[in-house]
Amino acid sequence: MRYGLLAIVLIGTATLGGCTEGVLDPKGPIAFAERQIMLNATGIMLAIVIPVVIATLGVAFWFRSSNKRARYQPNFAYSGRVEMLVWSIPLMTVILVGGVAWIGAYDLDPPKPIVSSTKALKVQVVSLDWKWLFIYPELGVASVNQLTIPVGTPVSFELTSSGVMNSFFVPQLAGQIYTMAGMVTRLNMQADYAGTYRGMSANFSGDGFADMHFNVDALPPELFARWLDFARGTGPVLDAQAYAGLVKPSEAVAPFTYRSIASGLFTGIRLSTVQSNDDAMCRSYPTSKRAEK
Amino acid sequence: MTLLGKLDWSAIPLDQPIIMGTVGCMVLVIVSVLAWVTLKGHIPYLWRDWITSVDHKRIGVMYLVLALVMLLRGFADAIMMRTQQALAAGGAQGYLPPEHFDQIFSAHGTIMIFFVAMPLVIGLMNFAVPLQLGVRDVAFPTMNSISFWLTASGVLLTNVSLGIGEFAKTGWVAYPPLSELQFSPGVGVDYYLWSLQISGIGTLLSGVNFVTTILKMRAPGMSYMRMPVFCWTALASNLLIVAAFPVLTATLAMLLLDRYLGFHFFTVNASGNPMMYVNLFWVWGHPEVYILVLPAFGIYSEVSATFSGKPLFGYRSMVGATMAICVLSYTVWLHHFFTMGASAAINAFFGITSMIIAVPTGVKIFNWLFTMYGGRVRFSVPVLWTIGFMVAFVFGGLTGVLLALPPVDWQVHNSLFLVAHFHHVIIPGVVFAAMAGYNYWFPKAFGFKLEERWGTAAFWCWFIGFHLAFMPLYVVGLMGMTRRLQHYDVLAWRPWLLVAEAGAVMILAGIICQIVQLVMSIRHRKELRDTTGDPWNGRTLEWSTASPPPAWNFAVLPQVTGIDAFWKSKQRERTQQAQSPKERKFEPIEMPKNSAAGFVTAFFAVFTGFALIWHIWWMAGAGAIGIFLTMLAFAFRDEEEIEVPADQIARFEQAHQAEVAV
Repeated sequence: MRYGLLAIVLIGTATLGGCTEGVLDPKGPIAFAERQIMLNATGIMLAIVIPVVIATLGVAFWFRSSNKRARYQPNFAYSGRVEMLVWSIPLMTVILVGGVAWIGAYDLDPPKPIVSSTKALKVQVVSLDWKWLFIYPELGVASVNQLTIPVGTPVSFELTSSGVMNSFFVPQLAGQIYTMAGMVTRLNMQADYAGTYRGMSANFSGDGFADMHFNVDALPPELFARWLDFARGTGPVLDAQAYAGLVKPSEAVAPFTYRSIASGLFTGIRLSTVQSNDDAMCRSYPTSKRAEK
Repeated sequence: MTLLGKLDWSAIPLDQPIIMGTVGCMVLVIVSVLAWVTLKGHIPYLWRDWITSVDHKRIGVMYLVLALVMLLRGFADAIMMRTQQALAAGGAQGYLPPEHFDQIFSAHGTIMIFFVAMPLVIGLMNFAVPLQLGVRDVAFPTMNSISFWLTASGVLLTNVSLGIGEFAKTGWVAYPPLSELQFSPGVGVDYYLWSLQISGIGTLLSGVNFVTTILKMRAPGMSYMRMPVFCWTALASNLLIVAAFPVLTATLAMLLLDRYLGFHFFTVNASGNPMMYVNLFWVWGHPEVYILVLPAFGIYSEVSATFSGKPLFGYRSMVGATMAICVLSYTVWLHHFFTMGASAAINAFFGITSMIIAVPTGVKIFNWLFTMYGGRVRFSVPVLWTIGFMVAFVFGGLTGVLLALPPVDWQVHNSLFLVAHFHHVIIPGVVFAAMAGYNYWFPKAFGFKLEERWGTAAFWCWFIGFHLAFMPLYVVGLMGMTRRLQHYDVLAWRPWLLVAEAGAVMILAGIICQIVQLVMSIRHRKELRDTTGDPWNGRTLEWSTASPPPAWNFAVLPQVTGIDAFWKSKQRERTQQAQSPKERKFEPIEMPKNSAAGFVTAFFAVFTGFALIWHIWWMAGAGAIGIFLTMLAFAFRDEEEIEVPADQIARFEQAHQAEVAV
């Protein structure tokens, strides 16, 4: 049956994992817990749904008009016992899954820090047209379209946007969160295994949206330190002037790093977008790129 | 400022062969249809019997024709998107550049929700509700015509955007700040906004009309708890329209103020708040889901009872579940953006309220199941669509409850998993119901049944094609593929998208089967003729009159003594001799007069909308004055009703009785 097939695909990809690179192949505690909730809830509901489908097909087939052995009860339109049953089955299922929702919403709340003996790495994320800027305020470097993090260390994100709304999403590490101009959202994640994971914008943001993805490199601590040394030694400086150039719309930008950053840049970006009409933002969107025929 | 505002020759995308080809074909079809009806001399007939008609049955049929034509347009968009994603893998860019692809997915969503699903549902309600209530028309017949023609205006403006200018490139939800002037300076968003504003007024008027009709105009003896379930679901749906559509109108009006007059409701600067739009949009948007699906549930209830030869199981439960959904639908809107970063308590609350809606919905599924239990199920085409719906919908509901879990939603929101989910509930939920209703009520509307073999083939093509098209989207969604991607670089997604493309082709085969079914049925209408007015051994009042019913529906208003009024009267007749029609006394009936008000208002509405989109202020003013004068002329009309003489009614009834007797 087709749905049996779907279930097999769901469970199959979950167990085979490796070849999917998606939410069914988590590489960190948050994504792992989220997948667990998904599988548990699917299991609970399939236990109801599959019998219902079989019963529907069975009843329809048995009571077909050509079947003389089926008993015709033209006045069977009410039964208190059946009513009791049909209200309580979905109700109990929902109470069960609702409990899962309540606990899950609190346990996995995106701003909630991950408990760990290692100090969390702070990363500030800005979605731009159409690329990602990652600022490491404590390390004094920044990168574009490339997020490098140490394995086994919680990463604590603050996110905002230079203009339109995007959604920051690394399926194998944590669920997504919107980036909104003038506002800051928070997200925590951790990679338990070294590797390269795909990250992207999940919320449509205009013509360059399809190329708005990036790689997350989760490196062992010694390699991360080496990357940091390298980043500090190469690339331009990210100050207000460099940012003004970066914020201009561009598509499919190759990853690069900034060797140092001006202080307070993230707060400055957040505040600059909400200032009044004649602010830097309007000037930074020349109509040529967004102009339409 | 020029005479034509922003409009000039560059608005026509002459450099885009795909768009120009499509526009050329559409213009050719429209011109040839117009030429054909003119040459054949059908214009006076169309004007008299359809365009100016205020008969709810004819308006219902026109809604359905509009919806089915737009289904073809929306489906063309869909298959173009599937083809683009089948091609644009790796480094390939496919055949649609981003600025075109973005318009297509925005148009697909807008058209399918507002101009296919809504007119399908409103059309079927228009046709069936007054007949089921045992009355002669809706409460405000001319307003009904205005509603329809305003919807058609919105449709026309949306389609004009194909050839003149562009459509929105923001997705069908048009979230700011992307839809603000700063990021979308073109006319696309304006086309979207004015189309929806104009058709939205039509929808709101429909809602007022049906709430009034159902509350105030039922046949003698039809108390609330004797109404057919379809009328109950129509009542719930129209209450939702009356409460929800003003929210949409106000929200879009605020965005219009931002775009036209420099307001700051949803801008990122000057204290605007884009998330307020997102909240308000879904305060309308989630009830909208139930505006569509509740009448669909009503159709399934009618079909399952009729074709099982049994009353609907648990009528009171069904009514309770319907009204529960009606109220609960206002408590769940935030589940459309769990990823906004609201607090855990808010997410948990809206997650649980969303799941609670699954309870009354689950009850309905069980009640349809028990309606078939102990019945004699005839596997006619409407039943196939109903059982297909029940099987598919429970899985769509399952993924819906998954999405109501905030931690799961964070992982699959905005992915193709989400796209698969809402197609999984809307296609079986609404489209299958409309197909069931179309096959079920067609003989009532036209006097002959639809052919069964092609109808069955259409069902299987749709059913299999739907699963082929959308099950793979669940998989790629779980693999991390987000929606609205013009191209992608993950080659592992591609095989699944090719399967989805094959599914879309299969659905196309289903649509072709339906067209063939219609053509074959018209050709064989003599053999398929329904002389009795009751081809399915029906239970509700619409089957007690002739097929097609006369303009006045019922010569004498039926006396209702219980649920399934017609079934009861048929059983009574079996025991006692019915009154012969010759002895019955008929009285003259007052019927509302035809009116061109709807068509003329809509004509000026298109005029005004187009002018506002292109900033042609003089023309907008002229159009608005035109609408006002039309209303004035309508308000001062001398006579609003015509009298159908008693002997005309008697003649019709005798002819019908003679036909039944043969």
